[in-house]
Amino acid sequence: MAEEVVLLDFWASVFGMRVRIALAEKGIKYESKEEDLRNKSDLLLKMNPVHKKVPVLIHNGKPVCESLIIVQYIDEVWNDSSPLLPSDPYQRAHARFWADFVDQKVYDASRRVWRTKGEEQEAAKKDFFESLKTLVRELGDKPYFGGETFGFVDIALITFYSWFYVYETYGKFSIEAECPEIIAWAKRCMQKESVANTLPDQKKVYDLLW
Amino acid sequence: MAEEVLLLGAWASPFTSRVELALKLKGVQYKYSDEDLNNKSPSLLQYNPIYKKVPVLVHNGKPIVESQVILEYIDETWQGYPLLPKDLYERAIARFWVKFIDDKCWPALQKVFIGEEKGREKAVEEAYEVLKFLEKELKEKRFFGGESIGMVDIAANIIGYWLGACEEATGVELLTREKFPKLSNWIDEFVSNSVIKENLPPRDKLVPFLRHRFGL
Repeated sequence: MAEEVVLLDFWASVFGMRVRIALAEKGIKYESKEEDLRNKSDLLLKMNPVHKKVPVLIHNGKPVCESLIIVQYIDEVWNDSSPLLPSDPYQRAHARFWADFVDQKVYDASRRVWRTKGEEQEAAKKDFFESLKTLVRELGDKPYFGGETFGFVDIALITFYSWFYVYETYGKFSIEAECPEIIAWAKRCMQKESVANTLPDQKKVYDLLW
Repeated sequence: MAEEVLLLGAWASPFTSRVELALKLKGVQYKYSDEDLNNKSPSLLQYNPIYKKVPVLVHNGKPIVESQVILEYIDETWQGYPLLPKDLYERAIARFWVKFIDDKCWPALQKVFIGEEKGREKAVEEAYEVLKFLEKELKEKRFFGGESIGMVDIAANIIGYWLGACEEATGVELLTREKFPKLSNWIDEFVSNSVIKENLPPRDKLVPFLRHRFGL
């Protein structure tokens, strides 16, 4: 049966970008359907009735939801090249832990950085940098979180890089000044075609909110 | 090398219980160390410096934390009883429901039982919305995993056992057979399963513990 892969997405979604990077890493051909999040399509509501959110990967008609679950699914189904997760169970657990840390800590703090003001925003900024610094300690001397190769945790985190201008402008700080190692790592990731071709321009994301 | 498996946990924690259940289903021998969460041990702080929480599984000296990460690790490390389906699509669906339980069910239940009385009606309505999805997902299956217990059933232990204990502790009724016939049947199956019932914290200890925890 011919493989049919459809992605329901929104161009500025950090979660959608994760899936696009994974698909690109694996060289998978797919049809992309852009959603208007203020006017969600019937297809999206049918394919993700629980959360009604993007991204949704539809593989031969069957939907998979939640970005990190989709990335794992892609890795398991298209397992003949470019592994995104390590094969050793302990290393896999390590990768899953850190990807979950990005979701639990970075996402929440980053959202509060640009959506709140005053004391709430100051607290958000503190949490944001604490989470980045924790990640920097985890990265250590490695080129990628995955070690020598770009992997699951890199995919989970790099998509936030496209929103850095938003955080910096609303939060009135410089991420490079506070956390240069993260910028160095991000620039390294951006040299990969799958990342560079996926991440939108930071200013374009900022204009979306304006 | 001799296998060394240690679990740091808290007896009243459903997250700890999940890990014990998984280890028991796999037939893994392990040592259990109960933590006083008001006075965390140096081991716990060393093994889980980021969250400082239980459960922590320590396998041959290497720690794994976060219950869902631990469950996947257990399934991948020890053969025998499968916690996740073999089919890759079904596996993604199982992972989806585990995440749903942790991200949506758990906070919704907390709001009902720990939240203030004046917000309770709204919290109950919101919990109903969440539980309805699980009721629907059960379909005609005996367990979320099909004929036998799987990872989703293990994760749903908060509904399978802790929810009932919270109802008893607070007097707040949430999951009725009338509203949720399938979930009610599933709960009956869950608590009567031989492996599960041996490994749940005793009700007569858990209910007073929860009452105390809720400040009642």
